[in-house]
Amino acid sequence: MSVSLHPVLEARNLHVGFGGRGKGVPPVRAVDGVELSVDKGQIVALAGESGSGKTTLARTLLGLQRPYEGQVLHHGRPLDYSSRGLKALRRKVQLVLQDPTGALNPRRTVYEAVAEGLRIHKVPGNERELVAKALSQAGLRPAERFFQRYPHELSGGQRQRVVIAGALVLEPELIIADEPVASLDASVRGEILALLLSLRDELGLSVLVVTHDLGLAWNIADRLAVMYLGRIVEVGRTEQVLAAPKHPYTAALLSVLPEATGRTPVILSGESPDPSRIPPGCRFHPRCPALASGLAQRAGIAERCVGETLPVLPLHGPHAAACLLSGHIGDGIAGAAGGSPTGLMSV
Amino acid sequence: MNGEQRAPQAQPDSGTQARVPHARTAGAPGLLEIRDLRVSYRDRGVPLPAVRGVDLTLAAGETLGLAGESGCGKSTLAGAMLRLLPGNAEVSGEILLNGSDVLKMSWGQLRAVRWNEASIVFQGAMHALNPVRSVGRQIAEAILLHAPKASAATARKQVGELLEQVGVPAWRAESYPHELSGGQKQRVMIAMALACSPQLIIADEPTTALDVMVQAQVLTLLKQLVQERGVGLILISHDLSVLASTCDRVAVMYAGRIVEQGPGHRLFADAAHPYAQALAAAFPVIGDMASRRAPRGLPGDPPDPRELGGGCAFAPRCPVAVAECVEYDIRLRTVDTERSAACVHVGVSA
Repeated sequence: MSVSLHPVLEARNLHVGFGGRGKGVPPVRAVDGVELSVDKGQIVALAGESGSGKTTLARTLLGLQRPYEGQVLHHGRPLDYSSRGLKALRRKVQLVLQDPTGALNPRRTVYEAVAEGLRIHKVPGNERELVAKALSQAGLRPAERFFQRYPHELSGGQRQRVVIAGALVLEPELIIADEPVASLDASVRGEILALLLSLRDELGLSVLVVTHDLGLAWNIADRLAVMYLGRIVEVGRTEQVLAAPKHPYTAALLSVLPEATGRTPVILSGESPDPSRIPPGCRFHPRCPALASGLAQRAGIAERCVGETLPVLPLHGPHAAACLLSGHIGDGIAGAAGGSPTGLMSV
Repeated sequence: MNGEQRAPQAQPDSGTQARVPHARTAGAPGLLEIRDLRVSYRDRGVPLPAVRGVDLTLAAGETLGLAGESGCGKSTLAGAMLRLLPGNAEVSGEILLNGSDVLKMSWGQLRAVRWNEASIVFQGAMHALNPVRSVGRQIAEAILLHAPKASAATARKQVGELLEQVGVPAWRAESYPHELSGGQKQRVMIAMALACSPQLIIADEPTTALDVMVQAQVLTLLKQLVQERGVGLILISHDLSVLASTCDRVAVMYAGRIVEQGPGHRLFADAAHPYAQALAAAFPVIGDMASRRAPRGLPGDPPDPRELGGGCAFAPRCPVAVAECVEYDIRLRTVDTERSAACVHVGVSA
């Protein structure tokens, strides 16, 4: 899973902002320099707290939001923001949202919900067969039994399957799923994640999952990018990032998971800070446990943490973190910031 | 497994809970004691059972987790404890709060109990706040209603203290809900629940919509309150991993009944009931290679309350169901000194 030659969608030096008028840097920089790619057949998880910019990044990748700097590439070509261009993109890149109940029209049957995409894109072929195929790919079998059902007659998991079928019917290359299981019951969660995994295995589908749930990444993602205040602060193979986090933020997120027994939880004070006031230096420094504990001081880099702007993590390459400490002490950060990584396997 | 062998025991055991270790709280006075609670919702004349015979105890300073998926009856159970259910709910059994039965109280007594003795932090707290009133006024309202003699100034002072206690700066009392983040709103709801110093707090999915970091903050706050104030806390969630890390004891509900109860950490690590096992497996332990690229769910849907038959309600989805599961109504049995589970496979020899 090294450098792949088939990126489906890429973000290059992407900056997305809100609130500004005319030219210049807008006051709120929700995405502030991101390099990310999703390759063919790859599942990438984008993790972060609310306000980290992960949803804005996903929306920009779909062409729903335009960057003020940098670009989005689809198969190496910059997005075409004309309405024809966007329509063509959205056939290939589909969005699945968190709340299936809100995503489905309560007055439309399952059949109509799934067939809508086919009609919008005037897809030739037998509509009934295509809808049936998508429903059974999404695990609703026998598909015909679901055709005339309404959303309120289905369980939460079945509704999310209908939404996924609506995406699959257009035979997309990539599904962008924004918190696909956050509003579902524990027992349904695994079922939907298993579905995403099998779609990748069987159809070669690429998936970008936006989530705050690191367990979800562990369950299905090949690569994991952790976002903080508009930037990716750590990226790499899921096993590497989760087993040996290099960024104190990732280590802290891992340490507060309820099932992380044996780790001393590092509870960061406050919530994700404000993208309209991005701190100078390392953007995580006001909350950084490694800086607060004096670890950065001992490594002789505390001043740089506060004053030096870190470069954007590169698009490809091995496990990396935007942290001055990671160069100094490598994997020791996990022990320093997140308690001992007991129960974790090194990869 | 060895179901056939155990078949004869299944029948005499059903319908009785005599062998169940009821509470770990021997000696400590029970703050809350629920006996054989049953709730049905009348739908066009037909009663639909939501809670089907639940027994629970909670001591002061103890935390009890209630787990289960949507529709298992956990929120109905919470609502019943303070008689907050809609008019079509029929409730029977006993809910003893400090020894007096909530179900038999007059409205006046009930009003005194709500907030003063027990309060609820509702699910989706962000939407439970009034958007056109400052949060300070909303907290003060609870104080003034229950202590009418308190002056506005005393109430204001108390509001400030309450907010500080839950980690929100006191000046935030002037803020309106839209000016606060999700975590802050949840803290305000907790401050409100604390307003009249209740002995029992029921928190229904208090962290479900929150980020992991904020969730950890809120759970730590709740744990602190239990320790410092000695309140009894009932924490309701569908996330067994949250309950396991926060609660002394956890009860797992399925189709209106408790199917397993025991110490939180043991329930998560080593559940006895197949449903509790499935719930525990739904949240992977990061680093556990068995769950890497192998999300585990539970196929099927919870039963329709209209179609509950005589057997184990979980049998249709159960990976280890045997013939007698469909026939006999299996009640809680002893697993060991600390735990009980309602499963035919659970140790008769124990």
